[in-house]
Amino acid sequence: MSMTQSNGPFSFLYADKGGQIFLAILFGAAVLVPILNLVLPASSVFHMPTWVVSLLGKYLCFALLALSVDLIWGFCGILSLGHGAFFALGGYAMGMYLMRQIGDRGVYGNATLPDFMVFLNWKELPWYWHGFDNFAFAMVMVLLVPGLLGFVFGWLTFRSRVTGVYLSIISQAMTYALLLAFFRNDMGFGGNNGLTDFKDILGFDIQANGTRVSLFLASIVALASCYLICRYIVSSKLGRVLIGIRDAENRVRFLGYRVEHYKLFVFTLSSLMAGVAGALYVPQVGIINPSEFSPANSIEIVIWVAIGGRGSLYGAALGAILVNYGKTYFTGALPEAWLFVLGGLFVAVTLFLPKGIVGTVPSFKAMTRSRNSRSETAKTATGETDG
Amino acid sequence: MFEKLSGLLAAFACICVLSTSPVVAQDSKAVDLVQDLGSRSYSKIIKAVNGLAATGVNGVEGVLNAYLSRNLFVRKSDKRVVFAKKTDSQYRLFAPLTRQSLGTAKRSDLTKLRLNNRLRRTLRAALGGLTLRSSDPAQRIKAANVVFKAPKASQVSILKKVLAAEKDENVRPVIERSLAAAVLAHGATSKARAEAVIVLGTYSDPDVSARLKSLLIKDSAGRFAEKEPLVREAAQKALDEIAERVAIWDFIGKLFQGVSLGSVLLLAAIGLAITFGVMGVINMAHGEMVMIGAYTTFVIQEIIRTSAPAFFDVSVIIAIPMAFLVAGAFGVAIERGIIRYLYGRPLETLLATWGLSLILQQMVRTIFGPTNREVGNPSWMTGAIELDGGALLTYNRIWIIVFSVVVLVLLALVLKKTAFGLQMRAVTQNRRMASAMGIRTGWVDAMTFGLGSGVAGVAGVALSQIDNVSPNLGQAYIVDSFMVVVFGGVGNLLGTLFGALTLGVANKFLEAWSGAVLAKIFILVAVILFIQKRPSGIFALKGRAVDS
Amino acid sequence: MLKLSKAIRRIVVPIAAAGALVSATAVQAADTIKVGVLHSLSGTMAISETTLKDTMLMLIDEQNKKGGLLGKKLEAVVVDPASNWPLFAEKARDLIQNKKVDVVFGCWTSVSRKSVLPVFEELNSMLFYPVQYEGEESSRNVFYTGAAPNQQAIPAVEYLMGEDGGSAKRWVLLGTDYVYPRTTNKILRAFLKAKGVKESDIMEKYTPFGHSDWQTIVADVKKFASAGKKTAVVSTINGDANVPFYKELGNQGIKAEDIPVVAFSVGEEELSGIDTKPLVGHLAAWNYFMSVESPENKDFIAKWQKFIKSKKRVTNDPMEAHYIGFKMWTQAVKQAGTTNVDAVRQAMYGQKVKSLTGTVAEMHPNHHLSKPVLIGEIQDNGQFETVWKTKGPVVGDAWSNYIPESAKLTANWKFPWVCGNCQKPKHF
Repeated sequence: MSMTQSNGPFSFLYADKGGQIFLAILFGAAVLVPILNLVLPASSVFHMPTWVVSLLGKYLCFALLALSVDLIWGFCGILSLGHGAFFALGGYAMGMYLMRQIGDRGVYGNATLPDFMVFLNWKELPWYWHGFDNFAFAMVMVLLVPGLLGFVFGWLTFRSRVTGVYLSIISQAMTYALLLAFFRNDMGFGGNNGLTDFKDILGFDIQANGTRVSLFLASIVALASCYLICRYIVSSKLGRVLIGIRDAENRVRFLGYRVEHYKLFVFTLSSLMAGVAGALYVPQVGIINPSEFSPANSIEIVIWVAIGGRGSLYGAALGAILVNYGKTYFTGALPEAWLFVLGGLFVAVTLFLPKGIVGTVPSFKAMTRSRNSRSETAKTATGETDG
Repeated sequence: MFEKLSGLLAAFACICVLSTSPVVAQDSKAVDLVQDLGSRSYSKIIKAVNGLAATGVNGVEGVLNAYLSRNLFVRKSDKRVVFAKKTDSQYRLFAPLTRQSLGTAKRSDLTKLRLNNRLRRTLRAALGGLTLRSSDPAQRIKAANVVFKAPKASQVSILKKVLAAEKDENVRPVIERSLAAAVLAHGATSKARAEAVIVLGTYSDPDVSARLKSLLIKDSAGRFAEKEPLVREAAQKALDEIAERVAIWDFIGKLFQGVSLGSVLLLAAIGLAITFGVMGVINMAHGEMVMIGAYTTFVIQEIIRTSAPAFFDVSVIIAIPMAFLVAGAFGVAIERGIIRYLYGRPLETLLATWGLSLILQQMVRTIFGPTNREVGNPSWMTGAIELDGGALLTYNRIWIIVFSVVVLVLLALVLKKTAFGLQMRAVTQNRRMASAMGIRTGWVDAMTFGLGSGVAGVAGVALSQIDNVSPNLGQAYIVDSFMVVVFGGVGNLLGTLFGALTLGVANKFLEAWSGAVLAKIFILVAVILFIQKRPSGIFALKGRAVDS
Repeated sequence: MLKLSKAIRRIVVPIAAAGALVSATAVQAADTIKVGVLHSLSGTMAISETTLKDTMLMLIDEQNKKGGLLGKKLEAVVVDPASNWPLFAEKARDLIQNKKVDVVFGCWTSVSRKSVLPVFEELNSMLFYPVQYEGEESSRNVFYTGAAPNQQAIPAVEYLMGEDGGSAKRWVLLGTDYVYPRTTNKILRAFLKAKGVKESDIMEKYTPFGHSDWQTIVADVKKFASAGKKTAVVSTINGDANVPFYKELGNQGIKAEDIPVVAFSVGEEELSGIDTKPLVGHLAAWNYFMSVESPENKDFIAKWQKFIKSKKRVTNDPMEAHYIGFKMWTQAVKQAGTTNVDAVRQAMYGQKVKSLTGTVAEMHPNHHLSKPVLIGEIQDNGQFETVWKTKGPVVGDAWSNYIPESAKLTANWKFPWVCGNCQKPKHF
């Protein structure tokens, strides 16, 4: 990993110290986790049980999802309250592949129809289920479906210059509409029960340790490469235009930039990434159901980003992992009161860490420095507004 | 002759029941029949009920009424059917017919008589026959309606006489309708029955259509339920006429449903139109303010139920200002404690208020428990006005429509006509300038947020009348509320009104056509597309202030 | 390169620490028998499931007062899956693998059960599922103590068709659009057809979860009922939406004597949120009502109200299901002399418990219970009064006879079948 020293294609990472650490952590985890899980004997103190691997994998998918939101919110000022929709669509595409893989091992032993179709008396596979028995086709769909929805939604809204809270609310309406639609049994996606009881992926048993670790590694690779893509974009000239749009959209437009094209590009890319996150998430948790579309989920994603630190990419990932770890921990440790803790955390972070966790570290340094020198720099550094 | 007698007896029945004087002529058959009421077989009980009604003995009406109000029991010791009245610690027993005292018993010594829908129907029909000549017009209407449902051959002549004697304009049509139904069912000639059908055809309620349609049903062999072609033709003609007549009422009924849904949306959104629309706070805890209002109503009803049950009907009225104050106080506390540090960072208010909403939900869950709480409708909010053709305008929804309009008007007045409203608008339009003019902007902010929250609380009082009172109440409305505000145009009360009504009415008309789930999806998609056309809602604010 | 090693150290330490933490909790004391409780305490399902968590705590507490089990104390391990389905699977895994529970009592919605099912099967653990459900399932690792459709829906419809129920000829099937109503209605449709009801006399309607505006649907029901035949409504509306539904029924004046509504998801708990005076006579079908008179029930209600410290709290059918399930499990553990899942499972078959209705519930090799079916009418005090019940206990069917694909399947986990969905024995 000598990327920090080379002059090659990764030059955009030079100034990104946090990113270097982040990637190093990911790399370390990619090496260590398989060793701890597969090589060490189960009796060892350092052995990592498979369910922890899957749990970490799940956090990583959330991290990727948060990353995709940070790309548009942190760098382009688009607050989507509907990003869960892209995540869920990617997940459904993967789920459909996994369902078809079950084959005749379902409870009714029907080789083509998934169980839920059999007992609802469906006679043949609906047209939109065709092709999903092919992994490559399913992977294309994982990208295509969320990407297409993102493109259409973005094309409509950015062209007509819907911005700010209006955009947030209609993106929420979009995910809500999809929630209701997928919820209908007549849609052919298993209704509220969603898709479950997956058996294997690419011929490998989905419960096996090796598969679990591979999925975990795939999540790391996806997260790291998406991070690199995002970092590349935001450090390029394109990224500067995006930041310009975030801070003063009209000015950028008056300078002659086609603002909607930039927004559309980055929004579509973000929805693609969310779709990938969903596709990796489903085999690791074993279920996809319409509740992933619920507006509350999408709001939560934004909260992860805010807690981690908006506009830093790795901060978003960190926020996602921390909040979800907190959820895992507190729902077990404080089952009756964990909402107080989580809600309190959200309030406290907005009040006391307005820039999120990673944003606070440098500004804390700046503050102590300014207090020592009694200069005015800290005030200008913290007094900026966003919106 | 016999019928005349039984009618007369029935007229005196109530008096006899009230005075516990011993009844002289005691028909042993009636006593046996009363004993049959304690049977395990519904069919046997029904036979007994009909038999009792036919004997016309004094006290039968009292027995049947006691059965309906669940005061008849079987004494376990001797299997005797008794009338039991609860006193402080035990039950006082009486003979059902004569009301002679039979001593006392504990609840565990008694078994309540069985009762189900079929029996209830039979009891009401029997009582209806007995009370057709009651002196109370409301009783007569009730009785006639019961007779309409299952007319007996013997009742044709009674109904004729009752109709001839009836003076009350409100009661006459009901009796006439029952008579027609009775003639249709038991008339001797097909001509008389066809005429009865024509009489029935002048009424439009669904019961009549149901009766007429039942004539035209074919059985599995393709034979009509009604054998006379003459009657069938008349029925078909009457049904066509009814359908034509009720079409317009159907439409009005649907419109009412839409407006009613719109008014609920309006109430849910109106507080948000202030905290979000005017102040720019993305207030995710708005739904929880609504919930707090609903729980305030619950608490007030509980207090009234336990300490002053007589005032139950005004509990909702008392709850309105209380809910405003409680939710308003929460609002002020939230503004002073959290929101005021976040002005100029609207998106962060989203995060903080989301956290708050989680806390408030869990708080309510801890204090009141996770289950639904019962909030009753006061008597003036129960029941409905029936339109021609069976469409119903329920009172609770009528009141909610009225209430939402009142809230909207009051709020508009506060904003436009009071000094506080002026200050509020000044602060939202140009904070610094307002401050320079000597307005205490902090105070105005707190009061504005309090006002928005208070109005949300008031909405909670209304919603408690039609929906669950549970910790999830607020969550159910939050997406819809935001949609309404955005659709109508942020910062514009009139827009909120139009937004809510449009969405409500459109939803109800779509629902009739596509079902509830699809209707909701269509509405959401329509709003998304509409926002493309008008990116700032129906009533967009003009000027630069919007594009900050 | 220095940077990298530093970075690696930064990773190794926390991960190792996490690993240590995990294994440390795992080795903890084995002198108690752990019972996992997997019910949502927050989110949309908290409204129903919290009560079941409390029921479990009460039952475990009571068992401990009797001296525990196999000489050990029972310990309840409560977690909150927060009405979040993937979280259910995660928590199930956490309970079994990390907290090392011996048995789990939990879940309410079908989707939560479907979500945890692969986990229980993979780790060979045991789940007691206490809620009425759509059937079409028999897992080796789940005991279904709630009603299957043949223990609830079919008897209810038969009752309404009969003379006592009012000889209904026309049917409205009303439900929330998810798998339980869909499947139940499908079974009912097949059943009604078999009884000679015409297609045109059945109306099927679905609504979203939490549907709160019932004006149109109630008006439609009225219109449908005005076709001249006696009409009944079969409601599989999910918990939360019932309150506004019944409020609308009451206000639109739909009397049980004219159009009876029979519900399969409305129990005492749901009714406690409504004024039931306008609803007297509407029905519900369950295997238990709080109003049932038996010494066991009286005792249970008294204990419950004492435990929850409120005279107003009601009991309901899923609570009874947990009562039966827990009793059976303790008996089976005693019989097996261990909490080992395979041993307890074998001991479960044929296990008998006196239920709160005073009848004997038995666990069958298809992992379903035999229980009596009761039909109750709503009373003005929020309780049900039993108006009809089956002659004896009815055995729950895992696979419905009214769905052609399912009718072929047999669930029997005893030799020689050893299978939840087979057409012939497996001879393991």
